[in-house]
Amino acid sequence: MKLISTVALIGTAVLSGAAHADLTVISFGGANQQAQQAAYYAPFSAASGIKIIAGEYNGEQAKIKAMVETRNVTWDVVEVESPELARGCEEGLYEKLDYSKIGSKADFIGKAVGECGIGTFVWSTVLAYNADKLKQAPTSWADFWDVKRIPGKRGMRKGAKFTLEFALLADGVKPADVYTVLATPAGVDRAFKKLDEIKPHIQWWEAGAQPPQMLASGDMVMSSAYNGRIAAAQAEGKNLKIVWNGGVYDVDSWAIPAGSPRIKEAYEFIRFASQAKPQSQYAALIPYGPTHKGAVGMMDAKVAADLPTAPANLEGALPSNTEFWVEYGEDLEQRFNAWAAR
Amino acid sequence: MNAYASPVERAWYIGLRVLVGLVLAFLVLPILVIIPLSFNADSFLMYPMSGFSLRWYEDFLTSPAWQQSLKNSLIVSPAATVIAMALGTLASIGLVRSDFPGKTLLMAVLISPMVVPLVIVGVAMYLFFAPLGLTGTYTGLILSHAVLGVPFVITTVTATLQGFDFNMVRAAASLGANPVTAFFRVTLPLVAPGVISGGLFAFATSFDEVVVTLFMASPQQATLPRQMFSGIRENISPTIAAVATILIVLSTLMLITLEWLRRRNERIRGARST
Amino acid sequence: MSTDTLPLDAAPTESVVGLKQRLRRAERRRKLLYGALILPLALFLVIAFIWPIAALLKRSVDNPEVHGALPQTLAVLKHWSGDELPPAEAYAALAGELAAIRGTPELGAAAKRLNRETPGYRSLIMKTARKMPLAEGVDAQGALMTIDSRWSDVDIWLAIKRTGAPYTAFYMLSALDLTIDADGSLSATPPEESIYLDILGRTFWMSLIVAACCLLLGFPVAYLMANLPQDKSNSLMIFVLLPFWTSVLVRVAAWIVLLQNDGLVNQALMALGLTDSPLQLVFNRLGVYIAMVHILLPFMVLPLYSVMKGISPVYMRAAMSLGCPPFKSFWKVYFPQTLPGIGAGTLLVFIICMGYYITPALLGSPKEQMVSYFIAFYTNQTINWGMAAALSAVLLAATLVLYVFYARRLGASQAPAGR
Repeated sequence: MKLISTVALIGTAVLSGAAHADLTVISFGGANQQAQQAAYYAPFSAASGIKIIAGEYNGEQAKIKAMVETRNVTWDVVEVESPELARGCEEGLYEKLDYSKIGSKADFIGKAVGECGIGTFVWSTVLAYNADKLKQAPTSWADFWDVKRIPGKRGMRKGAKFTLEFALLADGVKPADVYTVLATPAGVDRAFKKLDEIKPHIQWWEAGAQPPQMLASGDMVMSSAYNGRIAAAQAEGKNLKIVWNGGVYDVDSWAIPAGSPRIKEAYEFIRFASQAKPQSQYAALIPYGPTHKGAVGMMDAKVAADLPTAPANLEGALPSNTEFWVEYGEDLEQRFNAWAAR
Repeated sequence: MNAYASPVERAWYIGLRVLVGLVLAFLVLPILVIIPLSFNADSFLMYPMSGFSLRWYEDFLTSPAWQQSLKNSLIVSPAATVIAMALGTLASIGLVRSDFPGKTLLMAVLISPMVVPLVIVGVAMYLFFAPLGLTGTYTGLILSHAVLGVPFVITTVTATLQGFDFNMVRAAASLGANPVTAFFRVTLPLVAPGVISGGLFAFATSFDEVVVTLFMASPQQATLPRQMFSGIRENISPTIAAVATILIVLSTLMLITLEWLRRRNERIRGARST
Repeated sequence: MSTDTLPLDAAPTESVVGLKQRLRRAERRRKLLYGALILPLALFLVIAFIWPIAALLKRSVDNPEVHGALPQTLAVLKHWSGDELPPAEAYAALAGELAAIRGTPELGAAAKRLNRETPGYRSLIMKTARKMPLAEGVDAQGALMTIDSRWSDVDIWLAIKRTGAPYTAFYMLSALDLTIDADGSLSATPPEESIYLDILGRTFWMSLIVAACCLLLGFPVAYLMANLPQDKSNSLMIFVLLPFWTSVLVRVAAWIVLLQNDGLVNQALMALGLTDSPLQLVFNRLGVYIAMVHILLPFMVLPLYSVMKGISPVYMRAAMSLGCPPFKSFWKVYFPQTLPGIGAGTLLVFIICMGYYITPALLGSPKEQMVSYFIAFYTNQTINWGMAAALSAVLLAATLVLYVFYARRLGASQAPAGR
């Protein structure tokens, strides 16, 4: 019996060792990952012969931190949101990027060029609703808060980020002032007080695939949602609509956890995925804005009009403030969690 | 129920059966309801079904992520079961045959992986195994699942051994069998049902484990339940229903095996006592 | 065996004494040998289970961040009274150490730890570290104060000193909604941040409700099965064992399909005209209760059944033949005999329930999350492992107290077959 277990142990050790030849790429799952699979992973594997193991997460940095601190890095390329990237970069969680291995900085929009990560797409958290179930279309976050006029459950992402911004926008704060107000204790109290108003009507979601699902099934009448996920549901024939006004947009980046043993392959992948053509293919599959300036020219005008970066959609939208969330993130998330659990 | 029962007794008799019927329906119907939906032709998990189709099974069998997770489960669970069975059976023999102060306490400690909340086990192992480079490896995942399976082997095997008459081993020895022969020809056949059912329990525990796996595994080692967890959280697709159906069939098979083992065990015991 | 051949030819008295001794020795050796069979497993569990948990619990009092990152600064501050600004060496030491650990995880960890003590500290550290190292020969005190005026604040320096101890009660106290004020006295956490006592209470309360529901539903089932002929009760047992062996995730998925807004239950209710619009049955407390009762009901039925199976029907018959009405004889004679089973089943369900994570996570809203969720939240989301460890310690203590109670009453070998 002991012999068998020893053999099993050795066998599995060999197996786990063998897996190290592949590149592990972690991104936010669902429709986003499917688009990345088609536009980046599959063509990259075909061109380079490097097999990609795709995984998904919801942005939590704990695993990356544990991996880096224990020098046992098993994730090679990670899609990271801006505040986490900035924080992780300061703390040495991510490799400082050598742009000579990726491409010319000038080819990318300004917000995409980071010290530890290169932006891969611009996404927006917007107000979405099911046009089949709502007679009256909402046009702003103030409408989202109006439970008398539009009754029913509302979905919001479980977390302080963006939720607090939306609360202030609904409370009449101008987009340009949101972060100045939120940086004061009184502003934070104001946001939470505003959230109190609709707390019983909120259905919290965590994974990006949930809002379109729950909007389509009628579990909620409107929700904050990643614009790309709504578009994916529209493509499946669901009558979901986006309100661009009051959306908060941000850049997601590719980053390499510090000490990845496959850093050479990781750079090859990032270089491949940061070209204009794959980016335009990605945007055609899920409407997130490309970061490569050349990509917009390669796509349909119809596709381009659905992107968060389309000029019409930028009106009334708010860029997420990375510095703010780096600074206040942990405190606000903790307070939010305490508030939500009550 | 005799003919002289009072109306109250009659009502009690019927009422109890109706109530129990309802509870049993509550237990089984939700599981059965999901099976037909896995053969639905369209992508909605609703009745009436629009037609019969195997497309969701095809999706399961062709999707690389599901295939990888199935493969991982088939690596991790058997390996963890073998470790748990080997160590657990040895220790059970030791526990039943020896006597020392603190044996009850030791027994309680050996069984404790069953009661410690899984999140605590997961976090503890994750923070402990990470510096050793064992998180995100098959080895680490197998070890953690083996720990969780051990209590089931211990409880079933010690229960079997408690009813085992060790004089039979002595008898074998007196008839000239050496200890190894006696173990394989006498002890093992008699305790085998207990060992196998303990192993089945350990296998089922590992095959259904998701909390510790959430912490210990990276995507390469994602097991079937781990993949289902992401699937359920993001999007209850009919593919989930197909996987669920396969798992229900599997658990039914395990249940039948276990029942067969139990009856066999009873038969052997019964034959001996007569 | 050959070595133990008995000395039959020895004198009777001697041989009896010698035999007894030898037998005892042989017995002892045999027991030791068998005891040794436990060793491999014991060793395995110590390394792979007990040690990790002990290490986790130790993290609830560990305080390594500042202690490890700023040892020299702390050494200088050790002799500082805290009444006025620290000496110039403290500034120099801090500047030197910040320069040394710039851009490493150690700096981030220390900044984060200080930020828990004094909000805003993180940016202060990061901002200062970014300007490091100072040019050769520059006065560190002046330079730091120019970078940020907060370095001329005594409280900022006190925070370093406070967080510099290698061990802290900070996390354990926080887990009980307590804080230590700047003057060192204990006080309750402000209401908008205090949640853990609520969460603990909620964990107990939900476990209690689930255990009570399981008892109410499980008792009649076990009773009927125990009083039916064996072949009939065996076939009913299948209904209990099938869900027991079915994956928890399968059952959770099934309940979501059944309970969602356009799910089968709502369709049925609306078809029957019981409701006009779909009821909210899932992603709230109700959905969590339904699924948890479904998952844990077999754990109640099985121990109840095994106890009831052992109750002889003779007593009930005797009571009734003596003229006691059926219900009274059930209540006075039968029911008390089932109490061990009720105790075992309820405690078992309660213990398993307290540690639940998956079911509330998939079927509940934030208001349904129990202690386990917050342990996972602090581990994965905010990377506050001290807090995760402190909450683990609280949950583990509660579980173990109940487990000891359970094992005392029912013997460890009957420990829960929980999954």
